[in-house]
Amino acid sequence: MLLLLSLFVGTLAGCGVWLLLRARTFDTVLGLTLLSYAVNLFIFSMGRIKVAADPIVQKGVLSTLATTADPLPQALVLTAIVISFAMTAVLLGIALRSYQQTGSDHVDGAREDTP
Amino acid sequence: MNHWLIAPVVLPLFAGALLVLLEKARSRATAGVSLGSTLALLWVAAQLLLQAQTGDVQVYLVGNWQAPWGVALALDRLAALMVLLTALVGLAALVYALGGDDRKGMHFHALLQFQLMGLNGAFLTADLFNLFVFFEVLLAASYGLLLHGASAERLKASVHYVAFNLTGSALFLVAVSLLYALTGTLNMADLAVKLPQLGAENSRLGHAAILLLVVVFAVKAALLPLYFWLPATYAAASAPVAALFAIMTKVGIYAIARVNTLFVTGSGASVAGLLPTALPWLALATLVLAAIGALAAHRLRVLVAYLVVASAGTLLLAIGLGTPATLAAGLFYLVNSTLVACLWFLLADRIAWSRGGDDHLVARRLQHGWGLFGALFMFASVAMAGVPPLAGFIGKALLLQAAGSSAKAAWIVALLLASSLITMVALARAGSVLFWKPAPPAVIHMASPRPAHYAALAGLSVLVLATTVFAGQIQGYVQATAQQMTARQPYIRAVLGAHPVAPAYDVRLEMRERGDLKP
Repeated sequence: MLLLLSLFVGTLAGCGVWLLLRARTFDTVLGLTLLSYAVNLFIFSMGRIKVAADPIVQKGVLSTLATTADPLPQALVLTAIVISFAMTAVLLGIALRSYQQTGSDHVDGAREDTP
Repeated sequence: MNHWLIAPVVLPLFAGALLVLLEKARSRATAGVSLGSTLALLWVAAQLLLQAQTGDVQVYLVGNWQAPWGVALALDRLAALMVLLTALVGLAALVYALGGDDRKGMHFHALLQFQLMGLNGAFLTADLFNLFVFFEVLLAASYGLLLHGASAERLKASVHYVAFNLTGSALFLVAVSLLYALTGTLNMADLAVKLPQLGAENSRLGHAAILLLVVVFAVKAALLPLYFWLPATYAAASAPVAALFAIMTKVGIYAIARVNTLFVTGSGASVAGLLPTALPWLALATLVLAAIGALAAHRLRVLVAYLVVASAGTLLLAIGLGTPATLAAGLFYLVNSTLVACLWFLLADRIAWSRGGDDHLVARRLQHGWGLFGALFMFASVAMAGVPPLAGFIGKALLLQAAGSSAKAAWIVALLLASSLITMVALARAGSVLFWKPAPPAVIHMASPRPAHYAALAGLSVLVLATTVFAGQIQGYVQATAQQMTARQPYIRAVLGAHPVAPAYDVRLEMRERGDLKP
C-alpha cells in the first residue's frame, strides 16, 4: 500500500513537472493539474495510511491513530482541491485569452516559428 | 476576546462583496464605498497598532476552539505594523486609481478589497494552513488585478506569474503537510514548541520541510534564484496595481521572518540546518544582482522593479542575520522601503504619462510638470538609494551598525554600500536622461491630469517625510518588535494559553433538557 501510494505520487509529480517545463500553455496547465493531484495524494498520506477506518470518534473505542483515520488531512485535502481547481480555471482563462490575442499558445506568446 | 482582530479581514471581505454588486450595477457609490472601507481599515489598523504597542500579544480564536485545534489569529507588534502598512499602501493605490485607472476594466475595487483581505489575513494568522489559504486569497485577487485593463504584455506576464505561483502553492502544501505529519499540529506557536522536540530520525525531514517553506516564501519575497518573475510582472501591471504589489513582496519577507524567528533561530532546534548560513549570502547576491539589473534597465518601471528586488535583498539580509539589532534595522528599513516603492511606481506612471505614455529611458520632452516630477524624482531617488537626509539612509546605517559585529561584516558592509552606489548611479543616469537631455518637441494628445493622482503622490511623499521626522519613535517601536520576535515566548504563551469564551447559551444543554438529544 505504502509503496503503491509513493509510486503514484512520484509518477504524478514527475509527469507534472515534465509537462510544466514545456513551452505550451496547454501542457503547463496539464502539468499543474497533475502536480496538484500528486500534492493532494501526498497530503492525504501524511495523515498515515489507514484502510477501512472511520475518521469519526466512536463510542467505547479509544480514538487514536491506531483505531481511527486522521480527519484533519482529509479536511486539508478538500480545501486544497477546491483552491487548485479554481486556480487552474483562472490559468486556463488567461491562457485562452492569450491564445486569442497572440494566435499562439506559446507561454511567451511567441509566433509559431519557435518550437 | 478582542473582536477587533478579525476586523481587518471581515471589513474588506464585506466591502468587496458589496462592491462586486455595485460595480456590476455601475453604481455611482462604488468609489465612495471602496474609499470608505479602506479609510475604515486604516482607522482599525491604527487602533490595532496602539493596542499592540502595549506589548501584549492578543489572540482571537476563530470559531472559539482552543488554540492548537482551531484556527487562531494573533496580533503582536510585527503583525500590527504590517497591517497598518497594508492599509496605507492600499489607500494610496486606491486614491491614485480613482484618477481613471479603476474604470479601465471590471471589478477593480472589489479585487482591491479582496487583496487587502488576503494581505491582512496572512499577517494576522497564527496557523500555517490558514496562512496558505490567505496566500491563495491574495494571489487570486492579484491575478485579477494584474490583468486589469489587459494588454498583450500584461497577458504574457500573467501567464508566467500565475503558473509560477501555482507551482509555489503546490510546494507550500507539501511543506505544510510534512510539518503536520512530523508534529501533528499546524498552529505556528505549537509548531515552535514541538519542532525542537523532534527525534533525531525525523530531524532531516523537519529540516526539508522548513527549507521548502522558505523556498515558497522566497518566491513571493524575490530572493535570488526566484526573483526573475518580478521585474516583468511589476513593469507590466498598471500603476496603482504595481504600487499595491509593493506590499506583496513584503508578505514573503514577513513570512520568512516569522518562520525564521519562531522555528529556526531562537529555538535551538535541530531543524535549523542550512538556513542561517545560506540566507544572508543569497540575500547579498540578490542585492548585488538587483543593483546591476537596475543599471541595465531600459525602462523606468523595470528600473523601479529592480529597486524593489534590491530592497527585498536588504530586508532578507537583516532577517537572515537574525540578531535583535539587525531585525530592528530591517523592520525600520521595511517601513520606509515599502512606502517609497509605492511612491516610485505612481511617480513612474506620471512621468510616462507626461511623455506620452512611454517610459523608455530615451530623451523625450516632458509635456507637463517638468519641475514637479523632477523634484519628486530627486526626492524619491534620495529616499530609495539610502542617502542622507531621508529615512532610507537611517535604515541602512542601522543595518550596517548592527551587522558590523557579525562574522561576515566585511562582505556585508562592502556589498551593501556598493549596491547603494550602483543604485544611485542608475537613478542619476535615468534622471538625467528623463529630465535634462534635450529632445525635439512633439505633439502628444494626453488625458488631462486628475487631482486624485496628485493627492496620492502628495500623501505618499508626506508619509516618507514623516518616517524621517518620526524616525526616533519608529525605531523605538521596531526595536521592541524585534525583541518580542526573538523572545518567542510571549507569542507562544499567548497563542497556546488563549481560552475560548464560555458560551452564553449552551445549545447542547438546552437540547438535552428538551429530550431532543440522546445523552
